[in-house]
Amino acid sequence: MKKAGRKTNDIILQTITKIVVFIIMIFSLYLFFAGHNAPGGGFIGGLMTSSAIVLLLIAYDVKTVKKILPVNYIMMTAVGLFIAVMTGVGSFIFGVPFLTHTFGHFHLPVLGDTELATAVLFDLGVYLVVIGVTMTIIQTIGETE
Amino acid sequence: MNNFIILPILLPLLTGIILVFFQKRIAVQKWISSLASLISIVIAVTLVQRVYTNGIQTLEVGSWKPPFGIVLVADMYASLLVLTTNVIVFACLLFAFRSIGIDREKFFFYPAVMFLLTGVTGAFMTGDIFNLFVFFEVMLMASYFLIVHGNTKIQLRESIKYILVNVISSALFVIAVAFLYAVTGTLNMADLSVRVAEAGQTSIMTVISVLFLIVFGLKGAIFPLYFWLPGSYQAPPSAITALFGALLTKVGVYSITRVFTLIFVHEVGFTHEIIAWLATLTIIFGVIGAIAYLDIRKIIIYNIITAVGVILFGVAMFNEAGIEGSVYYLIHDMLIKGALFLLVGAIIVITGTSNLKNMGGLIKNHPFLGWMFFVAAAALAGVPPLSGFIGKLKIIEAGFQNGDYVMAMIVLLSSLLVLYSVMKIFMNGFWGEQVLSREEEKGSTKGLLMPIALLIALSVLYGFGIEIVSPYVVQAAETLLDPSIYIEAVLKE
Repeated sequence: MKKAGRKTNDIILQTITKIVVFIIMIFSLYLFFAGHNAPGGGFIGGLMTSSAIVLLLIAYDVKTVKKILPVNYIMMTAVGLFIAVMTGVGSFIFGVPFLTHTFGHFHLPVLGDTELATAVLFDLGVYLVVIGVTMTIIQTIGETE
Repeated sequence: MNNFIILPILLPLLTGIILVFFQKRIAVQKWISSLASLISIVIAVTLVQRVYTNGIQTLEVGSWKPPFGIVLVADMYASLLVLTTNVIVFACLLFAFRSIGIDREKFFFYPAVMFLLTGVTGAFMTGDIFNLFVFFEVMLMASYFLIVHGNTKIQLRESIKYILVNVISSALFVIAVAFLYAVTGTLNMADLSVRVAEAGQTSIMTVISVLFLIVFGLKGAIFPLYFWLPGSYQAPPSAITALFGALLTKVGVYSITRVFTLIFVHEVGFTHEIIAWLATLTIIFGVIGAIAYLDIRKIIIYNIITAVGVILFGVAMFNEAGIEGSVYYLIHDMLIKGALFLLVGAIIVITGTSNLKNMGGLIKNHPFLGWMFFVAAAALAGVPPLSGFIGKLKIIEAGFQNGDYVMAMIVLLSSLLVLYSVMKIFMNGFWGEQVLSREEEKGSTKGLLMPIALLIALSVLYGFGIEIVSPYVVQAAETLLDPSIYIEAVLKE
């Protein structure tokens, strides 16, 4: 950030941000995946991720952040909605009522026996919508003069 | 397993999402939205036919049995309203194609209309009172967007009032649901009905029922709670006002009907008496407004309020004739209000003003528009062969059956004043000395008349073909009068 007339240097803020953003991102992903059996889920995970991006916005400016993350957040919201609705529509194929979710146990290479549920896909939709909406709001307000 | 009945909710939702991807490509948006709207109409017709032949259709969302999961219920009343809603949205879309303007179209106009449709059909078809709240919010969010869409000064001012009133009423809705949940311990409407019947409608239940009346009355604009409506509905462009006028208040009316025919039916002497008085006062204040103004939009807006009163009066009578009449009148009123707002929109396009004093002699250049307005006006007032007749006849009959002669007479007299208010537009606007020659007109009605003609034709057919419609309406009224049919279909006892 540049203040009029005088050059400031945000080196401490920017360096710390570089480290902290990754910690927040990982924490938000942890919250997202923990949602089924512990407090967390798509909503809080999405808010956490957008808070990491907001920290980037504070440390750098809108242009730089757009360069780092070239995402159209409105499209992201739409994609999230689409995923969430489609997990519901998927039930049409199996001939069960709308939004019926299922789960199964799978043997994954590193993780071993894992329980995978289709509800996570719905949560992924929620996650994307929350990031998309939050970032659209913040960027739109930030850009208007 | 009956995924079919979610399609009226799902299709507009998916369409809305897909339209977001084509933000700048207006031609694609128009094609997708009109196509989806047409398919929705076909689905709704099929739904009505299915309910007619097989009885109430239910879908247990996520395979959770009621009362534990959300259940979608398509009874005849809801299905008929879903069909009417889809027809109106289709007409308004066609009108918007020609009138809304490229700037608005580029900024998510069509997705918003689709989300509004999602909310309205969802509210009609849900069988869970908290889910009803959620669909109310879906509908209201879309309507907040549409009312402020375009950022003109009047829209900004009126949207603040509109949002403020609706946020407060939504908060009251949540509080009412919380009270209801605290007393009964369930949110499923069928289960609520059973529990209230078992425990008897205690005084606390009656208090909660009045709280619900206040909440839905705020949404549906009944007498002391209609103050926000005249200003708000005047602000957005005609295509949007037509959607609002035909759909939004009717969702409030639907909710009052549902709640007071399914759940709170044991203290009729108190609750329904209140509704009857409020409905009568709503009619009186509505016609006063309709007569008072010289602004053509305001006149039609006050006629919404009158119609809400008439429909609720039928519900409050709570006998066969009253409920049937209110179903007839609700469907008629949705069609005709849609048509009238679009007609008014077309007149404003031609004259560039909504003040009745600055127009005249429109019929010389626009005979078709003029006579369509005449037919719509006659139908609104309830002239016999047209659509508004049978509903009002039944409602007045119900009033006389219950011995509420004064109120029934007020309903009857209101027709006269409603007729006066719309004929005032016809006589001053279409007859008289010609104000604008063809060259001086502010815009052309090319393409605007088709959707209006569609709605008027449907309303005329509805009036003449009442014999064909009546078995459906009778079935709807049967379900509303006998909650056990609904409960049996949902809880499968």
